[in-house]
Amino acid sequence: MATTIHKPPTIDRERLPSQGSGNGGWRNLAPASGDLRRVKDSSPPPASTGIWVGLAAITMSFAAFTSAMIVRQGTAPLVHITLPPVLYLNTLLIIASSVTLELSRRQIAAFMGGVHDRDHSAIPSRWLYVTLFLGLLFVAGQTFAWIQLKSQGFGLATNISYSFFYVLTVAHALHVFGGLGGLIRVIGKVHHSVLRRSTLDATSRYWHFMGALWVYLLLLLWIKL
Amino acid sequence: MHDMSTHAVPHGAPTSFIRKHVFSIDHKVIGKQYYALALVAALVGMFLSWLMRIHLGWGSFAIPGLHLLSKNGAPGDVMTPEYYLQLMTMHGTIMVFFVLTTAPFAAFGNFFLPIQTGAEDMPFPHFNMMSFWVTFTAFLPIVASFFVSDGPTLGGWTQYAPLSAIGSAGGPGEGWGVILWATSICLFCIGQLLGSLNFITTTLDMRCKGMSLMRLPLTAWAWFITSVMGLTAFAVLMPACILLILDHVAGTSFFVASNLVINDQMLAHSGGSTLLWQHLFWFFGHPEVYIAIVPGMGIVSHILITNMRRPMLSHRVLIYSMGALAALSYMVYGHHMFVSGMNPVSSLAFSFPTLVITIPSTIVVLIWLGSLYGSKLRINSASLFSLGFISMFISGGVSGFFLAQPSIDIMLHATYFVVGHFHLVMGVAAMFGIFAGTYFWFPKMTGRMMNETLGKVHFVMSFIGAYCIFMPFHYLGIAGNVRRYQAFTDDYLIPLIPVHKFITIAALFTGLAQLIFLYNLIHSRFWGKMAPNDNPWEGTSLEWSTATPPPHNNFGDKMPVVYHDPYQYSVEGASADYVMQTSPEQLKNANEEK
Repeated sequence: MATTIHKPPTIDRERLPSQGSGNGGWRNLAPASGDLRRVKDSSPPPASTGIWVGLAAITMSFAAFTSAMIVRQGTAPLVHITLPPVLYLNTLLIIASSVTLELSRRQIAAFMGGVHDRDHSAIPSRWLYVTLFLGLLFVAGQTFAWIQLKSQGFGLATNISYSFFYVLTVAHALHVFGGLGGLIRVIGKVHHSVLRRSTLDATSRYWHFMGALWVYLLLLLWIKL
Repeated sequence: MHDMSTHAVPHGAPTSFIRKHVFSIDHKVIGKQYYALALVAALVGMFLSWLMRIHLGWGSFAIPGLHLLSKNGAPGDVMTPEYYLQLMTMHGTIMVFFVLTTAPFAAFGNFFLPIQTGAEDMPFPHFNMMSFWVTFTAFLPIVASFFVSDGPTLGGWTQYAPLSAIGSAGGPGEGWGVILWATSICLFCIGQLLGSLNFITTTLDMRCKGMSLMRLPLTAWAWFITSVMGLTAFAVLMPACILLILDHVAGTSFFVASNLVINDQMLAHSGGSTLLWQHLFWFFGHPEVYIAIVPGMGIVSHILITNMRRPMLSHRVLIYSMGALAALSYMVYGHHMFVSGMNPVSSLAFSFPTLVITIPSTIVVLIWLGSLYGSKLRINSASLFSLGFISMFISGGVSGFFLAQPSIDIMLHATYFVVGHFHLVMGVAAMFGIFAGTYFWFPKMTGRMMNETLGKVHFVMSFIGAYCIFMPFHYLGIAGNVRRYQAFTDDYLIPLIPVHKFITIAALFTGLAQLIFLYNLIHSRFWGKMAPNDNPWEGTSLEWSTATPPPHNNFGDKMPVVYHDPYQYSVEGASADYVMQTSPEQLKNANEEK
């Protein structure tokens, strides 16, 4: 089928590659043949796709750890261990942090959408700080759990169950550090007036994922160990 | 005003040498850096293979200066059995990771994927720069392992446990050698994950106006499919390497079972699973085969189409077949473990998809052959290597039918038959894809042409040489020649030594051809004939629409708009033999699949 001819557009100097320099994006498919006018002018920011891709990689890594536990369990039963009670409190903390981040995200989204654009004094970053604080508390709580176990004589090499416990919880905590870094970056951008909606959305998706991943890991450890 | 939507300008062209050539965020520079790394790694890997082959042919021959590489591993310039295994391990690791993954995927993909999609750059250019430098850093521990006290690891590129997890009790290189190996691979995984992230988002979100998914060239599709495999496979290998490192440095026992006795001493490890490593490794390892070969499939398809002056029989079926290969590659990994002590029912379960995966492979080959049939192929170095790729892929693939069946694999598993199989289908075929891509894209990457005569000599010598090396491997395997032996002293192996000598001579001959390529590459880069224009092969995809070499933002002042499917050759009624993707010319009989 013959295609409709349009004048090639010039480069939009106002748009970064990271904001989608192309127009044929994932949710903006041009027809294989036909009218190019059906194509919108901008594609979604790749940060939005990129975060899902990153989360897919993290999912695969933790799936590998999980399958390692399952394969190992197929060889011989895993030794039973008692999980430190502080982990349950930590679970509440990370769930609460997701709630506060979502409150913050909606508040900022509304602000960016123009609802509060005249209220300059209300910089909507309060819940971001609360989220950051809860995240730090979570990491502190996890550290407390490791110190507690270590003081009881249960280290990484004590037995295979503790090995899995430490590997999974430390790997998760390292990823949480990534999320904390993202939150600090978002807070910094809020104060310097350069926050993009896609950055905030990507950070909050990552943080929510960390919460969900922790709940999954806790259930896995609870069931398997 | 609290402006939440401030825009910055696109990253401008760098001015300093460091930002332009070293820590560059330009995907084209990063692609060239990957290519250079792969080239160095390939030379090291080839040199190691020469050392091994000389030792296999003439075991007592003193290789002058070998003791300089390792005093303990080669006293009197003759390698010890352990050192042979160490060199073999390094050859496999370097070639699989730093050449076959790095060159066709990371090097060419980085340079051409954004251009072929019509993007200014990758969406996360700093991650892209990190991707290369982390990969480069990953190469350093591998090199360093040659110089630690007892040399590199000897466990093979697969690093089977428990040997790899028990430390120096396992032999030379099984202590620090394994730690360095696992650290290197762990870093390599991080580098490739960052790269895959960029490849996927570039393909999905950065396409220019009019560039629908089906308008992407086959190369772009191949890199996209490979990046999805890379994302999922390397994300599994990395945890496996972390667990392996912990077994060494933290005293854990993930991969070592209880009561293991080595040299009359019971090891302190307890409670691990020896099969666990194989499961984790091969879940990565089999997709890795396709990570190495699928970009080559895209590259040779792209080159053949350009030289046939007509599209493949079916653009879509080729894409779907490459996708099917990727999906099935995760379901077949157990065929590497038929003799590892798995439940026989599991073997059957893995055998079935292994046979099924031959279907998309066969479809791809039939499309190539059917498209070539009757075409007036332009013969040049790139198209010759593309034909060579198909030949190697078929020859290596056919032996896969045998190995897919557990009953036959049990007999052939640890023999040279397997070595011949994977070298042809994964190693040589992928290398031919790299060579084809180099000859084809060299003018776009450098602005100069490679010497065609030397290129054809390189092809003929490589083609003959590769078959002389790897076809006899199958014969050796059927004759029962076990792989990984450094000397052949058993009665049934002694008559096979002349075959090994022949293979060694062929390997040296083929290596010589690669030196011709190296000379051609370096000479052409600096003194080669200038490319006659921006589109010397009369191609249609976007890399041929832009300047040579492409400007910093790929397309200069105007972003491209795409009007056609990628391969509009010999279109009836068109004004020329080919119509560029960016040409607004209306085509009544365009090569488009509905």
